[in-house]
Amino acid sequence: MMDLDTKPPLMRVQGLSCAYGSKTVVRNISFDLWPGEVLAIVGESGSGKTTLLNAVAARHTPSAGQVSFDLRDHGLQEIYGMSEAQRRMLARTDWGFVHQNAADGLRMNVSAGANVSERLMALGQRNYGQLRAHAIDWLERVEISPSRIDDRPNTFSGGMRQRLQIARNLITQPRLVFMDEPTSGLDVSVQAKLLDMMRTLTRQMNLAAIIVTHDLAVARLLAQRMMVMQNGQAVETGLTDQVLDDPQHPYTQLLVSSVLQP
Amino acid sequence: MLHNDSVKSVSLRDPQINFAYLDERTKRMIRRAILKAVAIPGYQVPFGSREMPLPYGWGTGGIQVTASIIGESDVLKVIDQGSDDTVNAVNIRRFFQRTTGVEVTTDTTAASIIQTRHRIPETPLREGQVIVYQVPVPEPMQRLEPREEETRKLHALQEYGLMHVNLFEDLAHYGHISSTYDYPVLVNGRYIMSPSPIPKFDNPKMHLNPALQLFGAGREKRIYAVPPYTTVESLGFDDHPFEVQRWQSACELCGSNESFLDEVIMDDQGKKMFVCSDSDYCSKQQVTP
Repeated sequence: MMDLDTKPPLMRVQGLSCAYGSKTVVRNISFDLWPGEVLAIVGESGSGKTTLLNAVAARHTPSAGQVSFDLRDHGLQEIYGMSEAQRRMLARTDWGFVHQNAADGLRMNVSAGANVSERLMALGQRNYGQLRAHAIDWLERVEISPSRIDDRPNTFSGGMRQRLQIARNLITQPRLVFMDEPTSGLDVSVQAKLLDMMRTLTRQMNLAAIIVTHDLAVARLLAQRMMVMQNGQAVETGLTDQVLDDPQHPYTQLLVSSVLQP
Repeated sequence: MLHNDSVKSVSLRDPQINFAYLDERTKRMIRRAILKAVAIPGYQVPFGSREMPLPYGWGTGGIQVTASIIGESDVLKVIDQGSDDTVNAVNIRRFFQRTTGVEVTTDTTAASIIQTRHRIPETPLREGQVIVYQVPVPEPMQRLEPREEETRKLHALQEYGLMHVNLFEDLAHYGHISSTYDYPVLVNGRYIMSPSPIPKFDNPKMHLNPALQLFGAGREKRIYAVPPYTTVESLGFDDHPFEVQRWQSACELCGSNESFLDEVIMDDQGKKMFVCSDSDYCSKQQVTP
């Protein structure tokens, strides 16, 4: 706990609001995210989860508020105050973004190896042998057989695509990963495997993550902290176990009680 | 096989048509685009490409560039795949004879403007010459990133990781870089450029070339340029550097070992021979071996 007082947070979000025209979909959201912490944003469809995620990931300019990130050499910096070049650089080195639909985050018409190595090539690595070795290492870490390195992602199953997308993002050793419904659309056993892998990776790499999900089980398994959203507002935040075991807000109570028990 | 057109002395110019077909304001507009392109080597300058009296894909971009820079004292050479007597070359040459009446030649050294499709002449170019390339696809990243808004941003921010993804794919699938033409280059250490579908054999000729190199893409409405003595570096990996193709045999007509060779099928039995693709170079080599 001592660290928390002296070090700045990894990301600080203050008074963030997003509007599409006159319709405000995210209202006045503030939170701090600490290194290695996993934050889950849960809520029903249309509650503003994904818009919030896009806004903090510099993919959608908010209408009000600030998003600051702790740069490796400059400390806490407002991301929308940076130049676009800096922001894009940040997004492909220190950040990762895992899309709900893996096809959005992958290049489907180039091989798995090229997909995984793209970020390194963008950073100027020009040794094919090393790039390939690196790609094989990462494919193994996400439990994809290295023999599939030259295959295109459109020959992969949904779960493999999602793992490939994660490898592609993590190869630059980012400190923060944004995930938009990473497990929806996968069957439960594949989901479990993916969640297990993500939990291992976030622990190993001291990786912070913001995960948008409507699946409370995902939040329970991965996240230390969670934020419940309704109509663009954060109605409840707290430790995951605390929120799920003792929900205070009526909407959270409804959400928790709606989970089907097999 | 080769002959200089017999129209050298007689002007074929059609008085009904403005000099070089385009109207003067259009030429001025294109010249402005060319100046900008020369000022920013490798940068694709948009221009108001005009409808030309031949279809897209037949060199409308190159023709508009040539039409904008050509003057009455210019000597024009037009080649297609290195040859002066193929359909595209003959037609474009005739087009300029009819619209400008300038002298035409097949001799690389005599030409002041060389319009080309898919080759750079073997004879080294010199200062004062202009080579105009016909470009079908000006955007080198188009295959992997079809959104033009995005590729322009990638150029602006110099984010060129994508180009190596392309080469990586080649290596992954074939063990070597299999692209043999339109091989991407880095111009002046800044912009990645498509050299038009010239064989990669010709890429080294672009580097520090004393001639002005202009590129016109008519359908895509882009002009770009490599000014004289500008660095042009072909992309590659440290452990798989750029290489040009080599042939096992020499040209069977002139015996050259240095030129780019075409494989020509001779008969129905599959008999073939290798000959220089640059017809002007080949015929000169035959006279003075």
